Amino acid sequence: MSEIINILIGFFILAGAVLCLIATFGVIRLPDVYTRNHAASKAATLGVMSILLGTFIYFYALEGHFNSRLILGIVFLFMTSPVSGHLINRAAYYSGVKLWDKTVRDDLKEYNKKMMGKSSAN
Amino acid sequence: MLEIIIRLALLFCSISMLGLIYRVIKGPSVADRVIALDAVGINLVAITALISIVLNSHAFLEIILLIGILAFIGTVAFAKYLEKGVIIERERNH
Repeated sequence: MSEIINILIGFFILAGAVLCLIATFGVIRLPDVYTRNHAASKAATLGVMSILLGTFIYFYALEGHFNSRLILGIVFLFMTSPVSGHLINRAAYYSGVKLWDKTVRDDLKEYNKKMMGKSSAN
Repeated sequence: MLEIIIRLALLFCSISMLGLIYRVIKGPSVADRVIALDAVGINLVAITALISIVLNSHAFLEIILLIGILAFIGTVAFAKYLEKGVIIERERNH
């Protein structure tokens, strides 16, 4: 029983750490802000949530200490990290950061152009 | 075995923080730096959890929630500054 719990903890913690590492490689290697944000806000969030889950299982199973703050931390990270990623991406787009030069479509630009035309016609 | 895994995870998290700091220094736009700093904060959460396993104490687990909230508020404030130029607006209707 204890061995199974050890394997579970080890799996969660190792998977989370490897996901953090993969997120960092994405942040270093990807070409523009938007793709980097894609890497940072998904992979790092999942990795840290997995590490926190492993920590929770460690303290609950091996010490008998039920820590509700870790669960609260997991839920909070899951809710806020995509939101902050979205906000910073939106701020980057509207402050004029260029997309990668091999990007093929930009729907938001056409939409903004159409809305500008409609507002000037009124 | 578990101890080796936790040390290895700490090593991975430290390497990933180094990579993010490289992006903070080099990043061509401000948004890059903000994204990388947000990810540094989230990695700090993971390192705090792993350190509390290594030290075998649950005294540091409140810090996790605190760092998460601070990273979120900082990123939101920076995004609003980049988009509008102010963080707290002065719009009064009277």
